[in-house]
Order: sequence, then structure tokens, then C-alpha cells
Amino acid sequence: METTLKTSKKRTGPVLFSNYQQAYGIKKAIELGRENILLELKDSGLKGRGGAGFSTATKWMLSAAANAEKKFIVCNADEGEPGTFKDRVLLLEYPELVFDGMVIAGFTIGAKIGIVYLRGEYEYMLPLLEGFLNNMKEENLLGKNILEKEGFDFDINIRLGSGAYVCGEETALIESLEGYRGEPRNRPPFPVNTGYLGYPTVVNNVETLASIPHIIYKGGEWFKKNGTDKSKGSKLFSVSGDCGKPGVYELQWGTKINELLEIVEAKNCKAVQVGGASGVCLPKSQFNRSLAYEDAATGGSIIIFDENRNMLKILINFMEFFVEESCGQCTPCRVGNTKLLEGVKNIEKDEYTFSYINKLKELGKTMQAASKCGLGQSSPNSFISILDNFKEEIFYSNSKGIKNVKA
Amino acid sequence: MLKRENIRIPVSQQALVIEKPIDITTIGGTVTIQINEKKVFVPFGTTILDACKENQIHIPTLCHHPDLCIAGVCRICVVEVEGLRTLQTSCSFPVTSPIKIHTSTEKVRKARRHIIDLLLSEHYGECYSCFRNGNCELQSLAKEYGVDGYSFGHILEPKYKVDKSSAAVIRDMNKCILCKRCVRTCIDLQEVGVLEAINRGHETHVGTFLDKPLADVICINCGQCINRCPTAALRANDPSDEIWNAIDDPQKHVVIQTAPSPRAAIGEEFGIEPGHSFTGELNTALRRIGFDKVFDTNFTADLTIMEEGTELLRRLKKAVVEKDSSVRLPQFTSCSPGWIKFIEHFYPEYLDYLSSAKSPQQMFGAVIKTFYAKESKIDPADIITVALMPCAAKKFECNRPEMNASGFKDVDYGLTTREMAKMIREAGIHLPEMPKSNFDEPFGNASGAGLIFGATGGVMEAALRTVYELVTGREVPFENLRIESCRGFEGIKQASIKLENCVESNNFLEGVELKFIVAHGTANAKKVMEMLQRGELSDVHFVEIMACPGGCLGGGGQPIPTSEEIRRKRAQAIYEEEEGLPVRKSHENVHIKYIYENFLTDGPCGELSHKLLHTHYTKRGKYIS
Repeated sequence: METTLKTSKKRTGPVLFSNYQQAYGIKKAIELGRENILLELKDSGLKGRGGAGFSTATKWMLSAAANAEKKFIVCNADEGEPGTFKDRVLLLEYPELVFDGMVIAGFTIGAKIGIVYLRGEYEYMLPLLEGFLNNMKEENLLGKNILEKEGFDFDINIRLGSGAYVCGEETALIESLEGYRGEPRNRPPFPVNTGYLGYPTVVNNVETLASIPHIIYKGGEWFKKNGTDKSKGSKLFSVSGDCGKPGVYELQWGTKINELLEIVEAKNCKAVQVGGASGVCLPKSQFNRSLAYEDAATGGSIIIFDENRNMLKILINFMEFFVEESCGQCTPCRVGNTKLLEGVKNIEKDEYTFSYINKLKELGKTMQAASKCGLGQSSPNSFISILDNFKEEIFYSNSKGIKNVKA
Repeated sequence: MLKRENIRIPVSQQALVIEKPIDITTIGGTVTIQINEKKVFVPFGTTILDACKENQIHIPTLCHHPDLCIAGVCRICVVEVEGLRTLQTSCSFPVTSPIKIHTSTEKVRKARRHIIDLLLSEHYGECYSCFRNGNCELQSLAKEYGVDGYSFGHILEPKYKVDKSSAAVIRDMNKCILCKRCVRTCIDLQEVGVLEAINRGHETHVGTFLDKPLADVICINCGQCINRCPTAALRANDPSDEIWNAIDDPQKHVVIQTAPSPRAAIGEEFGIEPGHSFTGELNTALRRIGFDKVFDTNFTADLTIMEEGTELLRRLKKAVVEKDSSVRLPQFTSCSPGWIKFIEHFYPEYLDYLSSAKSPQQMFGAVIKTFYAKESKIDPADIITVALMPCAAKKFECNRPEMNASGFKDVDYGLTTREMAKMIREAGIHLPEMPKSNFDEPFGNASGAGLIFGATGGVMEAALRTVYELVTGREVPFENLRIESCRGFEGIKQASIKLENCVESNNFLEGVELKFIVAHGTANAKKVMEMLQRGELSDVHFVEIMACPGGCLGGGGQPIPTSEEIRRKRAQAIYEEEEGLPVRKSHENVHIKYIYENFLTDGPCGELSHKLLHTHYTKRGKYIS
């Protein structure tokens, strides 16, 4: 299939970019049966690739156990985290992985409909993806009695988002699918019990779903050969910023940041933002940390900053993003982010005291604890990490030399 | 009986609905949880908030309201649940497993304090220049948590223009804290859906369709949003300054009519527990303030019964005797101006079903400026009529262009219970201390039937007492005239009464089962209208609808706060007062007999009453230009 990406080339990698023939996963899934699929998945240790890292097997088991007349599989393709573009590559170059993954998910939990919630900006992919789905229908990989398996019906629809970052949050995504304002829901209830239209719904990231056919076809044992103890398999990293070779890389979990910087030919690197705007910013002294759920966790976004970057400007950029992209529903996130942005701007204007900065950091901790969804819970991450890790640059020096230290 | 089902409540605003076990002694019926090291047993599915309340632990709330679905947006009620990384909102968290809860750890206290600080930083204005001073939930939270400064600054310039376009409701979004109670009131409780959150992030605000002025959208003016607003973002359009001016003007003869519901609730404004009527005290207070005459709206409630009841009998006669298929049945009541605007917007094709009788407020206005002016020899141009109502929509109603049958504006000002209390306080009067006094002649004290108009089902009960007696010549066959099937707070009540041994003039109704429906709250009105659309009301004769939950006693002009418990107490006060009255049927009110003998001489629904006491409606539709 053709793609519109300039970087298009045959990629290699240990798991996702390894060989896979369409439909093999589905065939194997039918052979295994539901319970064995769940066992295989549990064995693989696959965790959600969107960033939160919830066990995929548990999620599937909960919704498979839920008793309801309808169930849904939703593919979260609202790739909105600044600095991520791996899902775009998967959807354009490996749609068979994503869609096979959805079919297998539907088979396992007993859903008959899958929905791809596609980022509004990816509208250009629509004809390609729909053409691909049509092919699958012709080959009886979608529709009624898939691969002659009696009662195995599954169909996939694609729905477009409208550009709100918060709609990447699974419950806000479901609200958006239902036609309401994209606002996160209260939990409990969780989507696995009460999701789209009130029915049990599994919302999985594109990359999570793309891992499924490999795991089912090649086995959980094979999958967990890669990675660390707590982070099994491999991960796609969207690398951008100041480096020689930006792009999408498949690397094992546990890869050190240093190693990654070497691979992407980053020179004079000062800071690495792991996990996008909602992630943390690490200084050189922490480049020996490894990329894994248990250490430097990320949904895939790696942004590299070299010596010439102004960390305060970067932070302002991030905070402006959150001020605008908060859904505006809950107090800590809606007002908290504006206060943090105000604080950073005051630092820029040199109008601050350290007690004020500490007060804002405390506020950041409240936002992490008391916000309704992941957006507000993670938006203070870059604020706190940049101010902590780049104190020298931000508070004690400017282009003219050393600043006066304030009380 | 009917149930409210399939209402639109966004799932984001729902808590997990757990069916609570009927018998909590069954296995799994209760869960043992720990609140602050104390072991307690709670029914499965109870929210943490309720569990704490039962165990005398106060948890602050802001976006939570007993009448509304859960939102979980203000985050003030957060608590720590062991094993969970983040704090949990106690209002939305159902207890389904033996969890351990901590309600006042450092993390919790800090978070709550931060949230109050954040809300205050964006809440424009100062408390001393705010009409909700002393009755503001944000203010009391700030006090509770000892806020003594603005930790994150305080907004100094207003961000939004105050929307004063509506005759009934004024919106000042600078005071809004985005708890969205008004949104939930409008969409979920009343199913009108005028208010919704607009924009995102720090630009989020509650607004109307395309941010149009409230007067230009399909707001029905019920004012329920005002009653549920925790701050001063919503208020009624207050005419008290104009009323003071009229009182101060020696040329003007200022008369006031008082509706039953404000009398049953105004004590709450003076620190009295809900459930006490202050009718006599209020009469004295109003005279001391300077009103020239104090009249009882129940007089025109009785008049409404005569007119509306006669209209119903005529419709029935046309339908039964003359087999006239153009007659619209059931007849819907027309006393509630919120309901009138609702049907004008949402069901304009069904306006013929409405009784053409004006509401008691407007009837009184017309009677005062004609009959009363003549009797007391005062130039109607010098008369100012004020109506004390539990209602925000009455303000819009008295400004309707068609409401000038007397040749003047029939009712000059509609005043809410809250505004009246403010005027009384301003005059240095403490209402509960006032001696009691009666209403002024020539209208005097009205019947109890008029009084119960204040509670949902009251109009129906009053109408049945009169219609049944007119048709059969006998009193309604219920102990102490209590028609229990009209009473109570069920959303939609359906009942019937058989007409037997009719008097000769009405013997066409012999054996007819008079069927009626009573609904309150426009969400229930919508259900009834949908039943009408489906043709399910073909055997129903009379429908009473009130726009506000609980009827007028839960009106948008009543004291804040409101809850079903408070509304029940107000209803109880009304029914208790009613049983003590000497006259309890509208047609036995001597003043009613007098006005039909001496002024409206061609009887109910006659030519003059048609001119003065009846009205027409406007097909508004839902489309906003």
C-alpha cells in the first residue's frame, strides 16, 4: 500500500516492525479461542502503549467478563501528545497490524463493532484506511462469519476527532464519540464496564492494538524476550528536536536515553523531554536512565533540546499548550494551568520570589493529585521537572551573566 | 404511575449507578469501610460523601446539589482512598469494596485550600458589594477554610459583560465558578437546554447558543438556575428600586398582591426553619413598608378556578353534547408563566390546548386597575400594582405586550420572595416579630382552594372541588376535602373521579370518569406533551402543569437553597394553613360572588371577563434568529 510519508521505507525492528502477514493473527486467534488468547496476552505482559501503561490483558479480561448485549472496541488514534507521530506511521504503513488487532480484540471480548477515533488532522488518511477496510471486507476479514467462523462478526468504522487534545483521554474520547463536548467522565465507572453508549468498551492505543497480532501469532513468550522485567517487548519512539535523524524508531524497553541519543545522532544535547508536553524533562545527568514504565515512562514522544535552547521558553510553550487544551471542566486543571503559566511568565519578566515559585510547585502537586483526568494530573510534570532540573539556567544565569539570587 | 426515564444525562456527569440492595441485611448488602481509622458499615454502592455524612464527617461540596446529577468538577470534596494514586471525589465515588478513606490528611487539606484559592482568583468582585453576601457557598467555604488572602491573585477587571437582556434572569459570568449546576439544571432537571459550557481551557464559560443574550434564546425564565447557583452569577431582575420610588411618590397608590408560596417560604430569609407560613406577619410588614393596600393573590386564584373551570365545562359540553371535533381536550392549565413560555417554544402547535384564562397575577392586575379603581374612585393611571411571587418568569409575564387589558400595564412589577425579604430588611423590619393582620378589602381573605395553588397539584385540587360541586351539586367525596391523588411530589400523577347523579344543567356529564394529570417541572411537562403527541391523552380531560419542581413553592424566586426536603416542608406549611381556613372552595368565596354580581355581570367566561381575564399565546418555536 502506498503512503504519503516522505520517510517511508521498509522499517526493521524486533517486534512491531518484524514480519507479519495479514490475517495470520486472526486465524491463530480463532484456533486458540478466547481464553487462550487472554492467557497468551497475560503471558506477554503487554501494557497500554498510550502512556498510562495499564495491563492490556486485565483490561480485556474485565470487559470480556462484563455481561452486556453490546460491547465495543475503540482504537484511540487521536495521537495528540506534542512530539508523537508513531501512530501515523503505524496507520499508514502497517494498517493490517492495527485492524487485525481490533478484530482479535473484538473476537476476544465479544464485541461486534470497532471504532477508530482518528485525529482530525489525519483526515487525509481516511481514503487510504477506508480502502484498506474494504479490502479486508472482501477477504472476509471483516463482516459476518469472519474466516468462516460461525458467529464471528466484526466491523470497523472510522470516526474523525475535531482537534481537542483532551479527546485522547479515553472517557473524553467516548463522550466525543457520543456527540457531546469532549470532557472526561467520572471514574468509576470505567469504560470496560460503562463505556460508549453505556456499554462495555475497550479503548486501546493504536500501538497496543498493533502489537496484538504479533503476540497472538508468535506467542507471548516470543514477545517478552525483549524489554525489561516490568516493561515487556519493544516500543515505538517518535524522536524529534535537535538531532541528526529524527523519526520513528522501534527500540526495546529499557534502552538508555544515552543509547537512543547516539542512534538518532544527537549532539550537544542539553535536555530530553520524555513523554511529550505532559512528560518530564531530563537533564544530562539523568541520561543514563532507561526508557521503561518503571523508570522514564513515555507514550513514545522524545523531544531533544541542544545547548542553544532556552528552557524557560520551552516551558512557556508547554504551559500555553495546557492552558488552551484543558477541557475547562475541573478547577485544578482549568485554573491551575493558567496560574502555572502566569508563574513562568513572571519568571521571564524577572518578577518572582522563591516562595512564590515553591507555592506554584505545591499547586502543581495538588493538580497532579486532584485533577479529574490524566491531562490535569500530568500537566504540571514539565513545570516541576524543568524548574527542578534546570534551576541554574533559569534562576541564576542569563545571557549577561549571573543574576542576583532572590530570597 | 409514570416514571421519568431516558432522560439525557451525559455520562460524564453521572456517578456509577449501583443498585442498592433493598434489604441491607443480605450477604453483600453492606460493605465495611474505614473512615479516618473508624470502622463503619455502609450499604453497598453508597457514595463516600453520603457515607461520611452518615458518620458525622463534614465534607465540603460545591458542584454537588441534591436535585442534580453528579458532576465531580469542582474537586473540593476530594478525599484520600488508600491504594489509589490520586485523590478521589467523594461525591462520585461509590463504595463497592472495603476501602480505607482519609478525609483530612495534609494532601487533602492542601488540595481543598488550593481549589478555593484558585476559584477565588477568578471570582470577580468583593463580598460586601454582592447580593449573595451571607448566602454564598464559595464565601462560606472560604470562611470554613480560613482563607485570609488571595494566594494566587485576584481578578481585578471583569472579563464578561453582564447579560441584563432578560426580564427575568440576569447572568454575571464574572462571578461564575463553573460548577455547572445551572447547566445541569437547565438540561437535566428542566430539559430546556439553554445553558451549556462554551469554549475550552481558560476560555471556558457558561453561555447560550452562539453566546446570544438570554432574551433571544429559548429560555423559559423559570429561574431554577438561580436557585441552584452557589454564587451571585445568576440572579433575578430586581425592580425593588422602582418600587421604592413608587412608594415614596405621594401621587402613586401602590398596591401589592401576595401569592401563597412566598408566604410559606419568606421566613427562611429571616433565619426560620422551612415549613412556617408568615401570611399575617407579612401583611403588617408590607403596610409598614408603605404599600397602600395588601391583597391576596388567592382571590384571583379563586377567580381563575371559576374561569378555567367554566371553560373546561364548556369544552366538555362541546365535545360530549355537540360532538364538536375542533374542541381541544385535555385542557391544560395556564397559571405558570414558565410553562407557558415552554409550550410556546417547544410545542407551539399545541397552544389551543391551553386554557385561555390568565394567571392569577395578571387577572389581579386587570381587576385592580378596573374594578378596584372604580370602587375606590382612584385614577388607574395613579395605581402601581406590585406582585409578590415565588417566580422569576412572572417578571417576564407582566411585561408581555398583551397584558394591558385594563388600558394600562396590568401588573407593573413582579417581585420575588428574595427581593421582598431584602426590602423588608431594608425597612428595618424583622418579619417574624410582626403582629398578624388581615388582607385589605374589597378582596379580603380568599379561599383555601386558592392557597393550595402554591403546591403542585393545588390547581387541580381546587378545580376539582369546584367543578365536581358545580356538576353534581355535592362536595367532593373526600375526607376534609383532601384530594390526596393531587398531592405529593411524584413527577407525573394521574387519577380520575367519577361524576354521578349530576344536576340537571350538567347532566350531559352523567357517568363520565373525569380524568386528570398533574405534572411539575418542565422535564415532566415534556413527557406529558409527548404522550399527547402520541395520542395517549385522548381520554384525559384536564392537565395541570407547573414549570418548577414542586410547583410554585419551588419557584425560581424562592429563598436559596432549595432541595426536595425544603420543598416538602413548604408544601406542608401551605396545606396546614389551608385546613384552618373557614372557606375552602373557590365558588364559596363571598368576594368572588360579589365581583360576578356587581362587575363581571355576564358571568364566568362572559364578555367582560373575556376582555379582562383571558389572554392569547404566541407561537414562538425553537428557532433562534
